[in-house]
Formats: sequence, C-alpha cells, structure tokens
Amino acid sequence: MSQSPTLVIRGLKASVEGKEILKGIDLEVKGGEVHAIMGPNGTGKSTLASAIMGHPKYEVTAGEVTLDGENILEMEVDERARAGLFLCMQYPSEITGVTNADFLRSAINARLGEGNEISLIKFIRKMEEKMKELEMNPEFAHRYLNEGFSGGEKKRNEILQMSMLEPKIAILDEVDSGLDIDALKIVAEGVNRMRGPERGFLIITHYQRLLNYIKPDFVHVMMQGRIVKSGGPELAERLEAEGYDWIKEELGIEDVTVGNDEEEFKVPMNTIAPESLMKK
Amino acid sequence: MTTETVLPIDREAVISRSKQNNEPEWLSELRLEALQAATRLELPKLEKTAIRRWKLDAYGSYRQEEKLTSLDSLPQQALDLLTASEADTNLLVQRNAEVVYDKLAEDLKAKGVVFTSLSAAVRDHEQLVREYLFKAIGKDEHRLTALHAAYWSGGVFLYVPRNVQVEVPLQGLFIADEEGTTCAPHILIVAEDNSSVTYVDNTVSGPGVKELVHSRAVEVFVKPGAKVTFASVHHLNKGIVDISIRRAVVENDGSIDWIIGEMNDGNGLSDTTSILKGNGSKSNTRAVCIGMGEQQLDLTTRAVHIGKHSDSNMVTRAVMQDQATAIINGITKIEHGATHANGEQTERVLMLSPQARGDANPMLLIDEDEVTAGHAASVGQVDENQIYYMMSRGISREMAERLIIYGFLEPIVKSIPLKEVSEQLQKLVERKLER
Repeated sequence: MSQSPTLVIRGLKASVEGKEILKGIDLEVKGGEVHAIMGPNGTGKSTLASAIMGHPKYEVTAGEVTLDGENILEMEVDERARAGLFLCMQYPSEITGVTNADFLRSAINARLGEGNEISLIKFIRKMEEKMKELEMNPEFAHRYLNEGFSGGEKKRNEILQMSMLEPKIAILDEVDSGLDIDALKIVAEGVNRMRGPERGFLIITHYQRLLNYIKPDFVHVMMQGRIVKSGGPELAERLEAEGYDWIKEELGIEDVTVGNDEEEFKVPMNTIAPESLMKK
Repeated sequence: MTTETVLPIDREAVISRSKQNNEPEWLSELRLEALQAATRLELPKLEKTAIRRWKLDAYGSYRQEEKLTSLDSLPQQALDLLTASEADTNLLVQRNAEVVYDKLAEDLKAKGVVFTSLSAAVRDHEQLVREYLFKAIGKDEHRLTALHAAYWSGGVFLYVPRNVQVEVPLQGLFIADEEGTTCAPHILIVAEDNSSVTYVDNTVSGPGVKELVHSRAVEVFVKPGAKVTFASVHHLNKGIVDISIRRAVVENDGSIDWIIGEMNDGNGLSDTTSILKGNGSKSNTRAVCIGMGEQQLDLTTRAVHIGKHSDSNMVTRAVMQDQATAIINGITKIEHGATHANGEQTERVLMLSPQARGDANPMLLIDEDEVTAGHAASVGQVDENQIYYMMSRGISREMAERLIIYGFLEPIVKSIPLKEVSEQLQKLVERKLER
C-alpha cells in the first residue's frame, strides 16, 4: 500500500459507435498528485474517464493505459477496479433490492478475495465513520443502492464508496455537477481527506469552482478530444478569470467539441443545473 | 369435435385403489365420475402456452409406501427443508403416493385441530371431508382436474375449529423419488370462524425420477373472520411436469395469504385463485419464479371479488434464464355487486438471456362501478449500465447479475411474513441460480 502508484496513458484513442472521440491522450498520474482535466462540454473529458474504466460502449482503438506497469486495457472492468482504479461516476446507476451496505461489502470483499473477507463489525464501523464524515444519514446504509437518491446524495454516495474502497487511482467525473455549495464542500473535504502519497487523482470538471476546494497540482485542458494545454494551478485560475476563449484563439480552434456526442450536452433530468450554468 | 381421449389412468386401478383404501361409496363414485369426465374434457385453455405438447401421460401407478416412525430414513435434501426447530412434530410427509408420516402436537389435538392425511380423513372425518372435498375446485373443470380427482392419493386434511389460533406453522413435505409412481396429493384446509393457521409445504423430487406428472390440488375454506397463511415451494426435477391448482373460498372478513415459490426445473402450470365471497374478505398473493433451461411455465394468480369491500393484492416476480419461457397472468375479476372492492396486481419479469421469454398479462375484468383496481406489469432485461456500475467497484459480472436478481426478487421475499419461509426461499433461489 505504501508504494506510490502510477497511471500512464499513452496515445489513447477511443471511439463510440465508430466515431473517434479521443484522438491521442498522453498523461501520467502518480501517487500524491491531483490532476484536473478541464474543458468545455463535449470535448471528450468523460469519454476519457469511461475509456480508462472500460465502459463497453467505448472502444479503445489505439494507445495504452498502464497502472503500475500493468496493461489495464486487457482487463475486464471488475479487474481494473480490483487493480486499484475507481471511477466516481457522473450518473451512478440505481439498483433496486440491493442495499448500499450489502453492495459495498460485496465490493470490498471482491477486492480482498475469498478467505480474507472483512468482518461485519469492522465493515459497519468503517462505514458508519465514513458516512458521518460525509454527513450522510445513517439510514442510507440500508436504502437500496442510489434508488430515490437526489443528485447530491448520489455524489456523496460515490465518495463514500471511494473512501471505503481506497483506490490507488481515483477518477472523478463531473463530481460537482448538480451539487449545491454545501454539498460541494463536503464532497471536496471527502476527497481532500484521501489525498496522500499512496493515491493519485484525476478530476474531470468544467467548472473551476470545484478546484477552489480541491487544489490541483496539474491542470490540463481538453478540446477536440486532445489535451491542448497543461500547466500548474495557475492555469485553472486564469481559466476562471478569462474563460476558454483565449486558448481557442491561441490554438485557432473554433468548435471545441468532438464527435458531436449528444449525451455530453444533456443536463440530467434529475439534477439541478449548477448556479454557474444558470447565469449564462 | 369430441374425440375419446386415451387416458393415462386405468379404470380398474382407480377402483382397486379406492377399495384398498376402504374409501366410502361416495368417494369411489366421485373418482369414477371424474375419470369418465376426463375422457370427454379438454385440457385447460391456456392463451399462450402449448400445454398439449407437454408430456402429460406419465401419471405413474399407485404403490404402497412403508410408514415411518422416525424421519431418519428420508433423504437429507428433503430434511434440510424442514424449518421448525422441532421438525418432527406438526409435520406430515408424503412420499410418492402415500403419506408415510404425520405428527401433530398434543396440545393442538386437544383443541380439536386435525392434521392428517386426506386418505385417512375420508374414513376418520368422513362427514367433514365430504362437505368440502372438490367444492372449491370442480372435479370436472377440465381434463387435468378430472384426472386429479380420479387419481389423487395421500394428501392433507387440515381442520381448525372455531376460535382456535394455531400459533406454530404446520408443515407438509412431499417427496417424489420413485420412477413410475404416482405423486398426486390433494390438500384440503378448513379454517372455521375466527380461527387462524399457517400451513407451509415443500415439494421435492429424487434424482431417479425421469418422467412424471405431479398433480396437485389445494382447496382452502376460510370461514368468517378466519385467517389462513398458505406457503408452498415446489422444486421438482426437470422431467417432472407440475400441475398445481390452488383455490381458496374466503367468507366475511376472512383472509388468505398465498406465498408461492416456483423453483421447479421442469414445465409447470400453476394457478392460484382467491374467491373473495364474503364482505370484507381479503387476499394477498405473492409468487416468485425462476425459469431456466427450456422450461415452460404458465403462472396465474387470480382474485374473484364477490363480497363488498373485498380486497386483493397480487404480486408476481419471475426471473427467466437460458431459453425459459414464462406466461404470467394476473386476473382481477370484480363481480357486479362487489361494491367498494379493491384489487391490485403487479407482474414483473426479468430476463437474463436474449433467448428467454416472458409475458406479463395483467387483466382487470370489472362488472361493478364503485370499485378501485390497479395493475402494473413489466418485462425487461438486465440493464448493462447497472452491470458496468457494479463491476466498476470490483464486483464480477456473475456476482453483479446475481445481486441484481436477488434485488429483483427481494421486495417479495422480504415481505413474506414467515421468516423461515423467506430464508428458505432465499436459499433455494441461490441454489437454483448457482447450479
């Protein structure tokens, strides 16, 4: 565990239904680092997250992704998770009849392997502690997985899962969408508590405000399915002040989107649009 | 277009068995009339199930079984199904054609409760049995009820006198483990005014049985103010066709709870009906079903409202794998005059393979204006996004599917009022899914 993990992405290309969305991504995330991937909607950010995790809809056509030297692209989704990847999803599924607690315990035990299962007492204690930190109602442990949860509750639940599963590399896909400012702070604190040399983060967002609470070490901007600019935290600050236009001008890009993936544009029905979107 | 049907049952055999069992005259006659009727009656008309293609001629022949003094000689698989702590009392065991064991606690006997084989009760409690036998289910409704009436053996007679509350569940255990031998139990339950009772049964088969028609009929009479809970789980071999027809007649303010677990590996016809005859009568039906292989299942839950303010609720959930087919019918019939009746039903089918088929057919047949009724039905596949989500947490595809299936059945399993039955059903679901 004390070993510092490394996620390496080289020349990653991926397509959805024959349309190429990722056009060659190179990125290295090490333990202790927080990388932010920013960019307007429809530029391939979420596709990157899904391709790394292995969503069946996304086909990787070129490049490689390794975690501590192991090729994760050859692994099934569950193997990737057990290898130490975690994706905090933008739209977590709802599953009737399976309680949050049962689900989490199954997930933890899947990771620990047969014969090393976590004891029930230890599990409950840990879950209660983490739920308290995230200011979640203890009842949620016994509710069906994400069923009837509000957008904010779902996101907190994703962070709860992350903190229980203790991944090596955590990818957060638009974790801030649909959160009010209080919930955003709680989620950010949850993430910050987990920062450390044994864990790297890849945080995908198109609103800078999340980065006021989770300070990134590196900031990358995605447009047209590529990382077009990388820098330190100062890059996020400039984006906050000036928006994306200056980068578009600098690079001569008119349309930042890629593949016209409609889903990227959708505001989910069950979440409230963040304030910054409402203003525009 | 009447054609004489060649019956799977021989007239001489019916006569000799009835004699052998010292049956009263009226019963022998009933059997022969039913057999006669079977030659002209058709198979039941099932909308979408081709029952005539099922193997329906292996009724087997009658064979005597040795009575048991203890349960030790029974197969472990069957004994595992007994749920109560004192498993050898308040228990009746039928092996193939005959009841081999029955024991009722002394205190219940003292209260006048009868729990014995129906074949003995036709002699020992003749008047009572005669009053009710084949009064809820007609002996000549179709060929299958007629054959059952002609050929049933063993079975259960459960009688609860007025105002007696039976606190512990009474258990039945049915074992079909001899090839070529009949297994056709008839269950007759009479709960007198303001009494209450819970009856739970399990039906299993031995690996040696390759071909059989298991023919079961259940008649329950719920008298005013009485409450009956009936739970039944069948898990018969692939080669066994299960024909199970259950019917309750519920009088004023009486209630029946049906809990049905269809865990068979072979084809099955299951028809569970509550006739809500009395004002304020109630019925609650919960059925779960798992189909696999090439199983064909036809499951019907039905509530017939006659009494005013009668209330019914029916929920069926089925999981279909491989090439299994299930036709799930829910029928709420509200007769004219059943004012303020309320009938609700839900049928849900989850399909785990593209070749599996499930039809949910909710039917509301209403002949009265002042009623409320509702239905919900759905047929769906496992959602790939759900699988992906669970896998992304390290859970294998297999495990994820299983969690989704359990989750799908959970709302029913959880609502079962008997903890033992609900736990056991859970176990059987696991066993069937793990194979």
